Amino acid sequence: MLDKLRMAEQFIAALPYSAALGMKLEELNDGVSVISMPYDERFVGDPRTGVIHGGAVSALMDTCCGAAVMSHRSNPGGTATIDLRIEYLRIAKPGQRITARAECYHVTRSVAFVRATAHDEEDDNPVATATGSFTVEGRR
Amino acid sequence: MSVRGKPEAVQVVKKRRDSALRALVDGVPYIKFLGIEFDRRGDELTGILPFSEKFIGNPMLSALHGGVTASFLEVTSIITLSWAYLWDDLEAGIIKVDAEGEPNLPRLPKTIDFTLDYLRSGLPRDAYARARINRLGRRYASVQVDAWQDNRDKLFAQATGHFLMPQRRD
Repeated sequence: MLDKLRMAEQFIAALPYSAALGMKLEELNDGVSVISMPYDERFVGDPRTGVIHGGAVSALMDTCCGAAVMSHRSNPGGTATIDLRIEYLRIAKPGQRITARAECYHVTRSVAFVRATAHDEEDDNPVATATGSFTVEGRR
Repeated sequence: MSVRGKPEAVQVVKKRRDSALRALVDGVPYIKFLGIEFDRRGDELTGILPFSEKFIGNPMLSALHGGVTASFLEVTSIITLSWAYLWDDLEAGIIKVDAEGEPNLPRLPKTIDFTLDYLRSGLPRDAYARARINRLGRRYASVQVDAWQDNRDKLFAQATGHFLMPQRRD
């Protein structure tokens, strides 16, 4: 199990854009994935408040959802995003790490359905939620 | 700027608009991180994302990361929306852009939600995006955005988003 997590960690690190945003895999287990992203001034979207750009949060959500699909017990050989909807519930506190948790809750022969939430270090109130559908490529 | 006066010289108009756009775009660190540029023709904007190796999401397929596409579309939507929002004030001289001081630009719209349609995988090359504002109200705005690479007719992604507008300074 630990090896699987380490392999997945290396997999995320090998995705250039996920690596560029400093994403770190925290947990991965049968359709559930947890990935975090550090606060970085280069990712700021509103210079007056120092709040992270929604696009960076989208990138985190997309990566986390894709990882959740890949870790599903049905063992998809690959996946790509078909559709992703993100709701920005509140502003993420500047300076805080953002952690996304995605759950792949249903998989058919061709489609995987995923939902995700993202939190900062503040409290239980999420900063964003997402729902998406993903392709299911040939089984391994 | 008087209504019936002689029209302004073209270089004066261009300079005002280009410096306002530059101030708007350069103020956002994440736009710089991605290297997104904007091409302006009158009030119409086109976002340009010059390709970079760091944008790859799937090294095996050399495809753009879905997060890069999402970011590019959201950036293009927000800048296009801000641009439309400040255009009248800029032309009326309410927003002043001089070379020395910081322009008194309004705050940026805040994304409420953003829905992306990934139509085909992004190729390892430059991408372009143009946003259309379906509604710009006093509080809420609805924007649709298209992204393409080699062919304008073959979109690789499309999105719709809702935004909360900054409140007017009265």
